Parts: sequence; C-alpha cells; structure tokens
Amino acid sequence: MTKQIHLAAHFPGVNNTTVWSDPGAGSHIEFDSFRQFTQTAERGKFDFMFLAEGLRLREQNGKIYDLDVVGRPDTFTILAGLAAVTEHIGLTGTINSTFNEPYEVARQFASLDHLSGGRAAWNVVTSWDAFTGENFRRGGYLAQSDRYARARTFLATATELWDSWDGDEILADAGTGQFLSTPAPGAFRHQDAFFDIAGHFNVPRSPQGRPVIFQAGDSDEGRDFAAVSADAIFSRHSTLEAGQAFYADVKGRLPRFGRTRDELLILPAATFVLGDTDAEAAEIAREVRRAQVSPQTALMFIEQLWNTELRDFDVDGPLPAFDPVVSDTLISKGRASVRQFAKDPVALAGEWRARAEAGNLSARDVVIEVTGRQSFIGSAETIAGTINEFVQADAADGYILVPHITPGGLTPFVDQVVPLLQERGVFRADYTGATLRDHLGLKPLGRRGETIATRAAS
Amino acid sequence: MHLAVALDGAGWHPAAWREDGAQPRRLFTGGYWSELAQQAERGLLDFLTIEDGLNLQSDDHFRADPRTDRVRGRLDAVLIAARTAPATRHIGFVPTVITAYTEPFHVSKAIATLDYVSSGRAGVRVQVGARADTAAHFGRRESPPLRRDRLDDPGVRRQIAENFDEAADYVEVLRRLWDSWEDDAEIRDVATGRFIDRDKLHYIDFEGRWFSVRGPSITPRPPQGQPVVAALGHGGVPYRLIARSADIGFVTPRDRAHAAEIVADIRAEQASAGRAGQAVHVFGDVVVFLDESEAAAVARKQRLDDRAGTDYRSDALIYTGTAAGLADLLEDWQAAGLSGFRLRPAVLPHDLTQLTERLVPELQRRGLFRTAYEAGTLRGLLGLPRPASRYAAAVTIQGPRP
Repeated sequence: MTKQIHLAAHFPGVNNTTVWSDPGAGSHIEFDSFRQFTQTAERGKFDFMFLAEGLRLREQNGKIYDLDVVGRPDTFTILAGLAAVTEHIGLTGTINSTFNEPYEVARQFASLDHLSGGRAAWNVVTSWDAFTGENFRRGGYLAQSDRYARARTFLATATELWDSWDGDEILADAGTGQFLSTPAPGAFRHQDAFFDIAGHFNVPRSPQGRPVIFQAGDSDEGRDFAAVSADAIFSRHSTLEAGQAFYADVKGRLPRFGRTRDELLILPAATFVLGDTDAEAAEIAREVRRAQVSPQTALMFIEQLWNTELRDFDVDGPLPAFDPVVSDTLISKGRASVRQFAKDPVALAGEWRARAEAGNLSARDVVIEVTGRQSFIGSAETIAGTINEFVQADAADGYILVPHITPGGLTPFVDQVVPLLQERGVFRADYTGATLRDHLGLKPLGRRGETIATRAAS
Repeated sequence: MHLAVALDGAGWHPAAWREDGAQPRRLFTGGYWSELAQQAERGLLDFLTIEDGLNLQSDDHFRADPRTDRVRGRLDAVLIAARTAPATRHIGFVPTVITAYTEPFHVSKAIATLDYVSSGRAGVRVQVGARADTAAHFGRRESPPLRRDRLDDPGVRRQIAENFDEAADYVEVLRRLWDSWEDDAEIRDVATGRFIDRDKLHYIDFEGRWFSVRGPSITPRPPQGQPVVAALGHGGVPYRLIARSADIGFVTPRDRAHAAEIVADIRAEQASAGRAGQAVHVFGDVVVFLDESEAAAVARKQRLDDRAGTDYRSDALIYTGTAAGLADLLEDWQAAGLSGFRLRPAVLPHDLTQLTERLVPELQRRGLFRTAYEAGTLRGLLGLPRPASRYAAAVTIQGPRP
C-alpha cells in the first residue's frame, strides 16, 4: 500500500546549519520570524512545526560560543503565541525532563493543547550535566545512568496527571448550578525513586487527551524508551540505508511492548537544497556548505574533536598531526553532538586524516565533508521523487525539514515540492482533521488514554 | 489615571459562570480570552492581569474544598497571555506566576518571550503561592500547612517573611537575566564570523539561600528591556516586596485614608530599599458590580449571592453601583496617591463591558483617562522609561568562575 508522507518544519536552531550571514536571513527571535515560518508550513499543509531547546548557552574554551545563532525563545510561550496565528498545524516543543517538574510541564502542555485546539506535542529530551544545572534550583544532580530512568518516570507521571481528568467532569450547567460532576477532580498520587507527589491536577482533560509524544534519543536505551512511550521519533538517520536500518530496528521493538507498527512514526530531520536543475542544486549546495562551515567554524569543529584550543591554526592547511586530547573534561560545553566526538576521538581523527589524504583536502574541507552534506539536493522533481522513494522504502514515515535560511528557507519547498507530492497522491491536499493526532494518523485516545505507565509495566 | 482589569475564570463572583452571557464552557479555549482582551483594549486599558495557581481553586484559602458549584480548573496564565497577545495591538499582559515552586530561569525567558510575542507589552505578577497542598504537587519542598487562626504565630510569621524574601530573590533573578544580554549583543559580523559580541553577554552569578543561577539567559534582552513586575500586597511584608522589587503594587484600601496610609508605607519601604527615586505605581484593587443604577447593581449582587449560597466577600473593596459613582470613588482615591486601579469584574463579560463602555467614557469626560493609546509598549503606557542593561557599563570578565 502506498504510504502517505508526513512533513514537518524545524524552526532552524542554534547550530551551524543556519546560514545567518545570508542577506536573506532574518531574525531568530522576533515573533514575526516564527509567524512567517509557521504560516508557510501551514500553507504547505505540514503536519507540525518543531522547536528545539537549550537551557544554557554553549561554551568553548571557557567562553560563550559566538559563531552560530545564539539566543532562542521560551518553547511553551512561543508555541502559545503561534497557536493564535495558525489554525491547523501541530506545535511540537522540545522540553527537558531533567530541569522541570511533572506537575508544571503536564500543566503547560495541557494548557497549550487547550489553547491550540488539540495541536500540542512534546519532544521529550533529557540531560544530566551540571553545566546546565547551574541555571536551576536543582543544580547538576542526576547521574548520567539515571537520565532515561528519570525521563521514563517523568513521562509516566505526566501521563497520570493528564489522565487524572476523565473529560466529562465539567457540566457547566447554569440551571442546576453544577459546574463539576464530581468534587475535587484530578486526584493523583505517584511515588517512585524520583517523584513523590499527590494532590489534584488543575487542568481539565485537553482536546487530544495528552500532547503527542516525541522522542529523539538514538542509543539502545533511547530507542526502547521511544518504543514504549512515544508516538513519533525525531531521528537523525536521513539517508536511505541508515534510515531503513533504524526504521526496521525501532519498528521491530514495538511488538515487545504490545504496540503495532503504525503507532510510532519515524521522522528523521532532513536538510534540503533546491535548484532549477539537479546540477544547479548541487552547485548551490556546495556554496551553502562552505557558508555553513566558515573558517572560524571549521576551527571550532577541529578543536571540539581534538579537545584542545588550537591557537594560530591554519584551517586551509592540513589537520593537526598530533592525536586528540582524551579527557573526561571537554573544552566544548552544552553541545550534545560533541559526545559523538568523545566516544573515540583518536579513531575519528584517524578517519578525518584518511579522508584528507584520499581527497587532498584541507582541514576546513574535511569539516565541510564530514558535517555539511544536505539530505536532499536537486530539482523539485528530484527531491519529491527521492522523499517519496525513501518513505515507500521504509527509510522513514516522513521528514522534519530544517531550512538553512530563517525564516524564508521553507518557502521554495512549499511552493515547488509540496505540489508535486500532492499530485502523486502521497501528501494531503488539505487538512482533514482538527488535531495533530489526526494529521499524524494516530488513533484518538479514549477518555483515559491507555497509559504509558501501564504499558511499561506489562 | 491608569486602569487595569483583573481576569479570572468567569469573573470574581463564584456564581458568575451561571449568568446570562457567561460562557462557562469556553473558559478553556483561546477564543474566550482573546475576546476579553479585545474588549479590554477597546476601553484603552493599560493592561490586563490573569490569575493563576498551581492547585484547584477553593473557597478555603488554605486547602482544597469539595464544592461542585464553582469554577474549578485553570490554564497556565503565561500561555493564555501568549495565545491572546497576537489578537491585540496595544494592551499590556500581566499574567500571574507562582514563585514558591517554579524556576526563575524558566519564568524569566517565558516573560521575555511574551514580550517578543506582544512586541513590548509584557509584565508579570509574582505571587508566592506557598501552600501545603501545592507543595505536595512538587514533592521536593515542605510547606507546613497554614491555618487562618495561626497567622500571628511567630513561626508562621517567619515562614511568610521567608517566602517573600524568596520572591524578592526570584524577581532579582528575573531582572538580572533580562539584563544579561545587552541590547546590541547580536552583531552578525560576517568578517569575523561572529553572530554575537560575547562581551555583551553576562553571567548573572546570583547566589541566594533558595537557588543559585549562573546565566546568561538563553533569550536575548526583551523589547522593553525590563518587562513590568507587579505584586499584590495586604500588609507590611508584601509592601516591602513591592517597594524592593516591583514596578506596580496592587493594594486593597478600604477607603481614601487607608489608601493614603498604604501609599505612605510603600514609599517609606522604597526609601529604605534605596529606591526612593524610582517610579513604583500603586494601584488600588476594587471588585466591581456595575449597572445603570445602584439599586440594580445591589440587586444583581444579591441575586448572585443567593445563587452562590454565600455572601461574596473579598480582600478588596466591593463596589456595587453605577459607572459614574465608581468614577467618583476612583477620583477620590487617586487624590490619596494611587496612580491607578486594577478592577476585578464580578461577572464576565458584563462588568468588563461596563468598564469599557461606561466607566472609561465617564473618566474621559472628566479628563482623567486617555482617549487614545499614546505608547507602543506597556512601560510606555505606564510612563516608565526603558532602562539600560545594568551590565552595559560594567567591565566584563568572561569565563568560568575560578
């Protein structure tokens, strides 16, 4: 059966994907940028828009990192503002489960779901670092090994709060004077190693019952967490082969948790470069990659892998001849991607050198090669064809697109690629449902959703 | 004269939701709040406030009650404000946040973001909100149960004073984080590849008894620089918080003499906090039942009280009468030193509409209230200058603490 493609738009975040130096680049903080971006996605009938989050500005060599976009809004507040200027599109926010409390987060998502008429989604992320903790009451308290355990129980607890109202408590019967059908609704009690809370949740059941749940972790533990708890995965595997392997792995985990394949969507993040022809797109893609990896940015990447400050280093020359500094202390802080570097930096540096040698590449060229390649490059026809091919070949259920220009970078995709996908009958011509669950093809939850806690226990 | 309206559910009277014109089934929708905000904006009001709490509403101030005939349940006030602001152009938004259980870092960026969403019309009303049943929703702090008959015990008094000290620290962190980016920190300098001038970003390094916050904020300095901070107070301890930390104090005078007394108390606290020269607005709170005649307003309140099964009481003065009579009262109290009023409509939308369609024209006739919005930001409407960042002139030393 031909699958329907799901499309989403990631408001470009604070990494070097965003070419802020482009003359067409706009603000990353003014509300108009978010409005324009999200309304463009809605015009393209996208399933949802997506926002990342970071709770401490990044640092390198003990200084605030200044080469990428810095600064972002509060996730909940900007999504609530966007609910006012859109009607259909889902609103997915990344919220950290480590530096928040279940009562407050459950309340904010339930509020957002009410205020958007059932369009809220939560990308659940975790962290443990003391670096971020310095901004919060708790400080850095969580053992790394506990972070998924706490995230799991956080989500289970939030779900108990969402399920603490059945949905039929509010009568609002002016004649009889009964506002509630039952006294003191929303009763809950939750006790485990992380949370010991009880009382009454004060937001009535929201249109979707609870927000759609996204998960982004890639480790074995993260995949299990998603297979148990999530409605969708925000993955990084956007190529055909890696996508298929990830897709098969995660979908294969579902039966163990009593779930079917259509209950969890796999949506990789993907970048794109459109041209009038494939050749033109390839040329633009090369230029974009060079803009994304300025000489200064190239140096920062090399320092991150070598884990040391490199003074007077020429990025147009060869990579450093010495091996990276292997240490538990990293010079780059607040950046998840650096953990990939830290796994085996010496081996990875060897791979980079081999690439440089094979292609006769400068240090900067290597960084451009290893960090910059866009997922989809070509004419609108080519990109539409590739996306459809990948989805039909079970490399994904759709893609979360990350344009490199804010806020206008999505416009050519919506104008040129979306109509081709609609012509092929693999993407909606208009919204057919009201909620994000509807857009994603997820079954509505009953009065009390089948709870994540119950599933995890079975 | 400055005017604000305090929005809460279907109105401040517990039977408000049963009135004709009330929309109790829409209390949890964005459209309900947008319509109220637009109505308030038609009356050229300075701002609206939105009540909030991290527990079910209750007739008992200290614990949950079993009533089923009152509005129960509420949405997050900051999110209501953000959902509503784009539907308006001039009016300010001052949602309530609870300080006892929330993170100042999160709230600082939320209010900064509300300021971006509203193009400079954000404020925040801080409320301590410490209750035993709310503490149990968070589980990591003890709040010993408070009882009305124990409020004068030394231990209880100390605890309340500490809660307000924590609120003052909380506001200090909000304000430092709003200042932690200088206005011109974003430079987009293509030649050097730098998006920001990091010397214009500042660690706030707040260390206090209840929390420590390193900073800087993740959100750039909001359009107003410093969104407006408000607090409600009924006595010495909260007056000190207003004087130390707020731009606006909401107070509850019984009469003109009491209003003068409160203003004097707050000015004295301001002086001892070293803020004598700074503008701190003192707004009188009044619950309003407004009709064409005083008799009609009194009769309406009686009817509502009968329906609710209790005589409505409030911490604030309850005014039942005509718009002209209310204008007399406000004019009289203004002479005692109040610079504005936060009016609490007993019933929505009825008493809000009376405010915008009767009271405001009456005040305009008397030359006491604006006839058009004169500024684009909430600070502007309140006559508050846009402050420079406290860090702007500071010598900057970047890098981790030793």
